[in-house]
Amino acid sequence: MHSHTPAEQSMVGMSVITLDDLSVANITTLLNKARYIDTHRREVAHTCDGRVLATLFYEPSTRTRLSFETAMLRLGGQVIGFAGAQLASVTKGESISDTLKTVSNYVDVVAIRHPKEGAALVAAEAASVPVINAGDGGHMHPTQTLADLATLQSRFGRVNDLTIGLCGDLTFGRTVHSLIETLCRFGNVRFILISPKELRTPQYVLNRINATPSCSYEEVSDLTSVIGDLDALYMTRVQKERFFNEDDYLRLRDTYILDEAKLALAKPDMAVLHPLPRVNEIAKDVDNDPRAAYFEQVKNGMLMRMALESSVLGDTLPGFDAFENKEVAA
Amino acid sequence: MEVTSIQDGIIIDHVPAGTALKVLDYLSINPASTKLALIMNTDSHRYGTKDIIKIEDPDTAIDLDVLGLVARSATVDVIHGGRIVDKMTPTLPERVVNVITCVNPRCVTTTEPGIDQVFYLDRTDGEAYRCRYCDEEAEF
Ligand SMILES: [Zn+2]
Repeated sequence: MHSHTPAEQSMVGMSVITLDDLSVANITTLLNKARYIDTHRREVAHTCDGRVLATLFYEPSTRTRLSFETAMLRLGGQVIGFAGAQLASVTKGESISDTLKTVSNYVDVVAIRHPKEGAALVAAEAASVPVINAGDGGHMHPTQTLADLATLQSRFGRVNDLTIGLCGDLTFGRTVHSLIETLCRFGNVRFILISPKELRTPQYVLNRINATPSCSYEEVSDLTSVIGDLDALYMTRVQKERFFNEDDYLRLRDTYILDEAKLALAKPDMAVLHPLPRVNEIAKDVDNDPRAAYFEQVKNGMLMRMALESSVLGDTLPGFDAFENKEVAA
Repeated sequence: MEVTSIQDGIIIDHVPAGTALKVLDYLSINPASTKLALIMNTDSHRYGTKDIIKIEDPDTAIDLDVLGLVARSATVDVIHGGRIVDKMTPTLPERVVNVITCVNPRCVTTTEPGIDQVFYLDRTDGEAYRCRYCDEEAEF
């Protein structure tokens, strides 16, 4: 008979709006579940039989929506929802609260994407079922960070005791801030922050690192000078609209493009991450390098969403208990 | 500067210089219908300059939570029969509902009808009030 561990039990019925809603123990459980799911697809294929997920996408984000939906389908559940163009006819200008009160009657769990910051919290307060934030404006996108963590976990077997380079736009990249803050909760990470001076990491994020005794950071502007030190390199897009003039953009753009020439200076087992979609910041020739981990990140995102959806529903993964106990014993 | 002292009422001292009118506004004290004296931008040992608000009305009640939001350095003297009978300092409330409005145009509170404006005290980096929904820092 399966019994929930405290870390599992505390997730049942929970809405996940920011990663602060999850304890380090919760996140560790999700990482273990994702790893289990990856190697036991058939065993978990009926975990959520009879369940229905609603994907309420008030702005289009096809990648994220497909990931949430595939996750539920692979667990045996069903999916309903709306996205983008269908929105007006579905909600007819209705408030988020009213829509969620209605949809709660139909489904067992909701994933919501909305352009307004804080929309997922409004949804969670109105809903009678768990709500997962699939991105609320530039605010939070917790499952992206879970995908990043799962990729580090799968490459290194851990998410700390690592030197992690973050490269590109460190001012506006919310995925970077969320990843840094979450890694600080695990501790023992050395951050190398690689950006032009115009796109440095905000002070509140640096304060978060400073407040974590086991973590440290270094700010540099040259990728090639530090790439050899890194266990993982997280690339982000340097967007043209962040620059005041074209010259600055063109000058800086190439400095922050990762190609095979730069990769030649890196450790043989360094992992390259990117939240995708990329534009030109990772050259195509890197894709075939075994260090490229960004398409794995997409898979890990789906696995973490499977772990999260089943966890908030309280649906146990058949065989996971034994797997975890074996891990502990080993 | 000489300002007649009061008999029965309240003196709010150490108000940040130049903010007395805003403080009255947040405290919902109407200067048009209240017997009060304002001393603005006067010398302060502690802060260089400060404002002082003197209210002649024994029934005046000050919401110390609200005062903490807009003037956390302020002190409150309760005056009875021309003497100070009580001294109070404002508190920093953990949660503030419908006192401040979020200034972030991307915040859900700008579009969702019937929603409370809720701010929480964030101590992670000093003491700031942040919108419960978008985490934007409050502006006063
Ligand atoms: Zn707000």
